[in-house]
Formats: sequence, structure tokens, C-alpha cells
Amino acid sequence: MLLRFLKLYPLYFSLCLLPLVGIVIDMIFDNLGADPVQALHIRLGDWSLRLLWLTLFITPLQKITQWRGMAQYRKLLGLYTFFYASLHVIVYLWLDQGLAWAAITTDIIESSYIWFGVTAYLIILALAVTTPKAMVKLLGKNWKKLHRYIYIASGAVIIHYYWQLKGNMAEPLFYLIILSLLLLFRLAVWFKNRQFTKMMIPTTRKIRVVKADAVRVDQTLAGRSKGIVIEEIDSDIET
Amino acid sequence: MIIKTHKSIPSSEITDPAVFKQRRQLIKAMLALGITGSGIYSGFADATVVNWQNVPKGYQPKAPLTATSADIAKNHTNYYEFSFNKTDSTTLAQVLPIDPWSVEIAGEVEQPGVYHLEDLLSQQTLQEYIYRFRCVEAWSMVVPWIGFPLASLLKKVKPLSGAQFVQFTTLFDPKSMPNQADNRMLEWPYVEGLRMDEAMHPLTILATGMYGDALPKQNGAPLRLVVPWKYGFKSIKAIVKIELLKRAPLSTWSKSAPNDYGFYANVNPDVPHPRWSQSSERVLGAGFFTPRRKTELFNGYGDEVAGLYSNMDLRHFF
Ligand code: HEM
Repeated sequence: MLLRFLKLYPLYFSLCLLPLVGIVIDMIFDNLGADPVQALHIRLGDWSLRLLWLTLFITPLQKITQWRGMAQYRKLLGLYTFFYASLHVIVYLWLDQGLAWAAITTDIIESSYIWFGVTAYLIILALAVTTPKAMVKLLGKNWKKLHRYIYIASGAVIIHYYWQLKGNMAEPLFYLIILSLLLLFRLAVWFKNRQFTKMMIPTTRKIRVVKADAVRVDQTLAGRSKGIVIEEIDSDIET
Repeated sequence: MIIKTHKSIPSSEITDPAVFKQRRQLIKAMLALGITGSGIYSGFADATVVNWQNVPKGYQPKAPLTATSADIAKNHTNYYEFSFNKTDSTTLAQVLPIDPWSVEIAGEVEQPGVYHLEDLLSQQTLQEYIYRFRCVEAWSMVVPWIGFPLASLLKKVKPLSGAQFVQFTTLFDPKSMPNQADNRMLEWPYVEGLRMDEAMHPLTILATGMYGDALPKQNGAPLRLVVPWKYGFKSIKAIVKIELLKRAPLSTWSKSAPNDYGFYANVNPDVPHPRWSQSSERVLGAGFFTPRRKTELFNGYGDEVAGLYSNMDLRHFF
């Protein structure tokens, strides 16, 4: 499995560039309709959103299929989300607003749907910046906590999308349903692990555990289970 | 449908038979391709009196604006009865039957009744009005409409002293309007309204044509309102009823989202929509490297209409 995915990596890498190629072709042949700047902006926004959702799919897919080596695809899609979102923001600042900062400030202050776009973008930016291996090491356990903010970013993107429309919500709703299913899946996994963990800890000990002991429990289990379970134990004991 | 631009048409303005024949062939070809229903073009079959070109200029308070390309204006419409997509309405609207067409005039008038559109139009002189059209979605274009002042129609039917407001209603035809059939998004038929002084203002017109031709169906044929200092959604399309009222009517958008869309809907850069800014607009057809344009109060028609609202808090009456 691993091998097959490794070989396909260049293919997936190029596939993610296709939307951009399509957009550039439409730009060259003047196929973007009556309002080309808006069309460009919207298409880049749409692709940021789609790639963000695909990024979210990877972890559940890995959990279900037990395929290994999926992390690199999560990384690929995540960075492409950042790439398209950055183009989306650049088109807004440069082509749409002509870098007129006073006008941009007014526009953002008065447009609540853009606040959510900015929120989402700042999170995605933070996640992209902390993608290199060195940053993963530096952040340690916090890296995972930080990267769960992707769900907050996704929620913000949905609001960003929905609030600019005049009430036709079919498309945002479609993405909201998928996001909810993904979140539900993550919650189910978390819940399952939690139950599992409870069974692992002898009740008598659990009652007596104080914070200092938590470290010990941690250590004894560390050999047998992976990061996420240990975190759950931490919170279990401390509460 | 016979639409007269003047009471009597000088023979020089009657469509040249060669041109007329050409048009028929073109229409035949289009019909063969299934591009169009017979509706709007059937007018040409007998209406040699139509002369959409050379229409005299109407009231033009500003320095003449440069019209947006017709191709853009004809393919960028919010016609929610057909589609929420601005381009799709162009094709979908072609099934709309607009000939014959009648307009009911009701309420506080001396001469209520159901009028044939031709009869209403035969009393009017069509003129060209080049207006900036500003959508609440923060885009704008400049359209050379052909029509006549609403005031001149209202005067003919003689409003009673009680008439304070005018309510307009769009056709209800679920057979050709899919979003009416599915009851999607808004309460149909679409309803809009104006205060009497707004309705009587010389800038307020009823349009039957644009770009030197009959109004395309997607742009609101055969009869639409144009109120250039208000957001585009006030300029209701395919009007079948005009009712004079004592009290303010409830317009469709205000009913559906009262905090987002008020009765007045005057273009105002300082009063943002609850979810987006109205301070600037994208100018359609301006090209890639032209940034947004600053939106003007009353869409630039302040000198003419600001007086209508002199004692009003425009933030409250948005
Ligand atoms: C600084 C951050 C951002 C700004 C200033 C911004 C600005 C905008 C604006 C002005 C629009 C409206 C386009 C129009 O209808 O005229 C828009 C639409 C959109 N944006 Fe953003 N955005 C930001 C971040 C993001 C991010 C991070 C995403 C996704 C990951 C995103 C996804 C979208 C989507 C999906 C649309 C709607 C496109 C459609 O109508 O189909 N935006 N954005």
C-alpha cells in the first residue's frame, strides 16, 4: 500500500495544480464572465474550501483503512489549501481592492463575512508555518492541539461562505453536512478511545491518582499506545 | 405586440423590408436551433412600427455615462424566479410567454382596470435613459434603458388623493418560472413598492427596451421598473400589477429578511448591509486591473433625489 501511494505522489501533486491551470486558461481566453475579478476570486475561494475538506478526509480515511503513509497526503493537501487561500486573499487585496488600504479596512470592518475568512486564513497560515519537521519537533505535543484548529478554520469558512449569500444556502449546506460527518467521525473515535482507556486503568488506582502520578501512568502506557490515547488519559485523570 | 414610439411614425423610421426579412430569417434560424421561443420576436412579424434605434434621449441629469457592453447586461441578471445563477437565467427565461401581456392597475385610482400593454404603451413616448445600475451585491453597470416615466403612466390613470404608495407585482407563472414552482427561497410572486413621490420622480421609469432593442426576457420583458438611485432589487421585472395604496406595501425582500433589506433600499455607501460593506462596487466590464469604484450616495443621483429624504435618518430608513 505504502509503495503504491509513494509512487502516486507526483500524480497527486500535479492534480492539485489542475484547478489553477483551468483558471489561468479561462483568464487567458477571457472566459471568466461579466465580472472576471470576482469570478477569479470566487474560484480560488472554492478550491481552497474543497482542498481544506479533502485535507480533513485523510485522517478518517487512514483510521478506516489502516493504510500507512497517509500523513504526506494530508500535508500535501493542507499546503495546497494554504496555497489557494493565499491566492484568494492576494486577488482580493490586489486585483479587487487595488491595494487601497483605507478602502480595504472599511470593507473588512463592515463585512462580517470577511471576518470569518480572515479568521480561517490566519489559522491556515499558522498551520502552514508549523508544517516543517523542525516545527513539529519544536511544538511537541502542542503541535497536534494546534492542528486541531483546522476544524475551527473549517467552521469559519462555512460562515464566510454562507454570510455573503442572499439566502441560497444549498452549497454551503452541502459542505456543512460533510464537515459535520467528519467531526462526528472524529468524536466517535475519540469516544471509543476514551472507553478503551477507562478499561485500561484499574479503577482503584484511578481514584487515588494525583497529578504527580499522572506522569507515571503516562509513562507506563507510552510504550503500548500512541500519543492521542495518552492525552486522553491526562485529561481523564486531571478532572 | 405593436409598440409605438411616436403617435405617427414617419416612413423613414419604418423598418426597411430587407432588414425585416433578414430578421425573420435570423429568427427562423434561432427557432430551428431551439434558441428562442417565439415570444419576443413575434413582435417583429407585424410590428413594422417598432423602431428601437433612434429613440430620443430622456431626462439625463448627469454627464452621459458610458454604457456597459450589452453582452454583459444581457447575461448578468438576478432573476430568482428562474435561477439563482446570473447567467443561467438568460436561457431559462426564454420560455416566458410575454405576448400578449396585460397590466392590472388597481387601488386608489380613478381608472382602475386591466390594460393591454400595447394600449398603455401607445399613450407613451419611448425615450432612452442611460442610468447606472447598482446591485445590493456591490456590483454596478451602466444600462441604456428605453422606456417612459412611471409618472406619465400614473397621471393617465389618475391617482386619488389617498394614494400614498405604489405596489408592483411580478408575473406568477410557475409553469415557466421553476423557482416559483418549487416555492424556493422567496415568497412568490415578487412584490416591490415605492412611495408616491418616488414613483412620480422623473428619474423613475418603466422600461420596455434597452440597448436600442426590445427588452430581453431575462432583463424583465416586457415591462420593468427602473429606479436608478435604489439598489437593483427595487427595479422589479415582468410587471403584471400596479396598485396604488394608502399604506406602505411590504416588499418581498423586506418580508423575507427585514434586517437586511429595508423598504427604501437607497444606494448608500455609509449604510452597510448587515453582512457586507456597501462602500464600494465592482464595475462590470471594467477589466482585470481596474479596482473597485467608490459607491456614491443615491448612486450619484443625489442632486435630484436627496430632497425626497431630507428629514429622514437614512440609517434607520435603509
Ligand atoms: C483574509 C482572508 C480572506 C478574505 C479577505 C476573503 C475574502 C472573500 C471575499 C471578499 C469573498 C466574496 C467574493 C464575492 O462574492 O465577491 C470571498 C468568498 C469566498 N471565500 Fe474568502 N476570503 C478570505 C479567506 C478565505 C479562506 C481561508 C477560504 C477557504 C479556505 C475562503 C473561501 C471562500 C469561499 C468558498 C468563497 C465563496 C465563493 C463562492 O461564492 O462560491 N476565503 N472571500
